[in-house]
Amino acid sequence: MSKRVGMEVSIAVSEAVKLADVDIVAAYPITPQTHIVEHLSELVADGDLDAEFVCVESEHSAMSAVVGSSAAGARSFTATASQGLALMHEILFIASSMRLPIVMVVANRALSSPLSIWNDHSDIMASRDCGWIQYFVENGQESFDHVLIAFRVAEDPAVSLPAIINLDGFVLSHVIEPHILLDEEEVARYLPPFRPVSRLDPDHPVTMGDFATPEFYLEVKKAQEAALRDSRAVIDRGWKEFAELTGRQYQAVETYKADGAEVLLLAMGALGETASVAIDRMRERGLSVGLVKLRLWRPFPAEDLRQALGDARKIVVLDRAISFGAATNPVAAEVAGLLYDAEPRPRIFNMVIGLGGRDVRVEDFEAILEKALGEDSAPGPVGEYELIGVRE
Amino acid sequence: MENFNVFVPRLLDAREYFSAGHRACQGCGETVAIRQILKAVGRNMILVNATGCSEIFSSPFPQTAWHIPWIHVAFENSAAVASGVEAALKTLERKGRLPKREICVMAIAGDGATADIGFQALSGAMERGHNMVYVCLDNEAYMNTGIQRSSSTPFGAMTTTSPPGRLSKGQKTWKKNLPEIMAAHDIPYVATLSPSYPFDLVRKVKRAVEVEGPAYLHVLAVCPTGWRSPTAETIRLGRLAAESGVFPLYEVDHGRYTINLDPGELRPLKDYLGIQGRFRHLKPEDLEYIEERVQANFEKLRGKARMTAREDRKDRKKTGRPRPRQVKKAARSKK
Ligand SMILES: Cc1ncc(C[n+]2csc(CCOP(=O)(O)OP(=O)(O)O)c2C)c(N)n1
Repeated sequence: MSKRVGMEVSIAVSEAVKLADVDIVAAYPITPQTHIVEHLSELVADGDLDAEFVCVESEHSAMSAVVGSSAAGARSFTATASQGLALMHEILFIASSMRLPIVMVVANRALSSPLSIWNDHSDIMASRDCGWIQYFVENGQESFDHVLIAFRVAEDPAVSLPAIINLDGFVLSHVIEPHILLDEEEVARYLPPFRPVSRLDPDHPVTMGDFATPEFYLEVKKAQEAALRDSRAVIDRGWKEFAELTGRQYQAVETYKADGAEVLLLAMGALGETASVAIDRMRERGLSVGLVKLRLWRPFPAEDLRQALGDARKIVVLDRAISFGAATNPVAAEVAGLLYDAEPRPRIFNMVIGLGGRDVRVEDFEAILEKALGEDSAPGPVGEYELIGVRE
Repeated sequence: MENFNVFVPRLLDAREYFSAGHRACQGCGETVAIRQILKAVGRNMILVNATGCSEIFSSPFPQTAWHIPWIHVAFENSAAVASGVEAALKTLERKGRLPKREICVMAIAGDGATADIGFQALSGAMERGHNMVYVCLDNEAYMNTGIQRSSSTPFGAMTTTSPPGRLSKGQKTWKKNLPEIMAAHDIPYVATLSPSYPFDLVRKVKRAVEVEGPAYLHVLAVCPTGWRSPTAETIRLGRLAAESGVFPLYEVDHGRYTINLDPGELRPLKDYLGIQGRFRHLKPEDLEYIEERVQANFEKLRGKARMTAREDRKDRKKTGRPRPRQVKKAARSKK
């Protein structure tokens, strides 16, 4: 039976990993991911999770070890953040190209220098194009659920791709929230045992990770890209069947009081909850504002987002990372590309917010939205963005 | 030689696990070593190959030279990938998802991948005690990228990044002593091997597979392209390296040192260096310096082997029996 319990989100994530009956965890400690792997170590030490915890000497080796274990046919999990993700960078691309359904939680954190252990999305945005399925979760329940959903989708033979669950460091990873946990029987109904498409087996020798001349590389990349795009159908099915099991329905893009809004705010991750409070307050004041939340980052849900943004003439796009020297920041670039041929083309206000753990309050969102309400909708200069809260 | 086909299959697996037709250079020592190593292990293995010559010349898509399960991931991480493979087999067998079976997990990497960029991953894997065999194919430079120096390049050697010049004699540093560093990890088995001594090589590979826990094998892989040596001299060069003491053949089995080939008087160094273009620029006084250090190192090794022999004698006196060889690996099921 499902029960509702209060626990730290990191612990809930580990409990989901346990319920997924993961075979291999390989991880290296980094704040704010540590509680996840500490709890997993405990679960293994107590025999509650029958797995090997490979206590590697670096994140590069953590990712390499789960590549090896996944290729050998084991359900494999890791978690990291920030510098750790950056150190894994090289192997992230190899894991997806080799079509290994590893699941990783990234407790999103800023990148050095200066060293910052606090939350933003600089880490994942620097690894954006690594070819993994990428989710952003907003609260503890979503975090717990998405560990199971991510394995189910990643391991589907039609997908066979790794997945990252982005979970905001500290502001989400370290808070205590109510969670409805699933029991083993429910999980067994939802998540079948891992049957790898191909694995390292002396009885059926395969060569994995060959080298390709220019005659072949292109086709391999085309197949990989097609697999990531096509995974969308399986992701939707994964969410639908999860809803049938639990009543909790997830979507690639979700809206909150967005219908007919003059200004829409686009957010990812835990900020969505804070933003929704601002929307409530402003709606009460009769202001025409709404919220759009992007849960799926890769494959990018272009059609869903276009529909969700609807006829809004002004869109505030939140970015939690700077794309240094670029035309615009990562999320805004994506949205601007998407709306290039919209008729009429809405105005995009790009706000970089909460960098390096700078606090983001409900009032900040209200101020941002009020400002957008006061502006006209003629497109502004390209690449203009505001760093919210910066001291000049 | 006419009886070769009669006797050899009794000593070695007649099957080939590494196909001819790969794209290695003529006279490549790595390929000879790989062929012998795989014969020693047999089909029950999974091989993790680091980026480098052996990986590139064996796996041009859509061809493969490998008749065993083989994976290449990157340059510096073969020890970490092999850790994951080993942990996976252990867990899946324990959980009943795979039948219990002795499968050798082996990593193969060049000296650059081992001594330099992959050194941390190797040290980590050895320290964690994974039941695996790590093989360093030491051709004494980064050959795949065009003969650049590594920390395993011998003193004085010319490479493309340690060129001799008005201010340089070539490689300025002494070869990093990887087998000793691995022995300092206190792993069950460390050995140096050379495909010029196939039976010694096969015996050591089998021992490495047999011991419980990590084993490290350091193989001298002559590289005619990088060493500027005649392609027909590869096997002879391996012998000269051992006889001159440049590459001593020895093993450290659970801390016990044995020198497998001690020629007594070391062969003159110029026999070995003389047929390699990479040392052509060295002056007689450079050779003298190298010879002195080679001799001193060999003496140090002899000291360790003597110490082992002394301990054995003491043991025998105490127990009346020769010191037992470390027991064979317990079946995985007992773990
Ligand atoms: C991270 C990274 N850095 C550099 C390279 C380029 N690279 C590929 S193979 C190689 C040298 C390999 O040398 P070694 O390990 O000694 O093996 P060999 O080719 O000599 O057998 C280098 C530098 C790479 N593939 N990856």
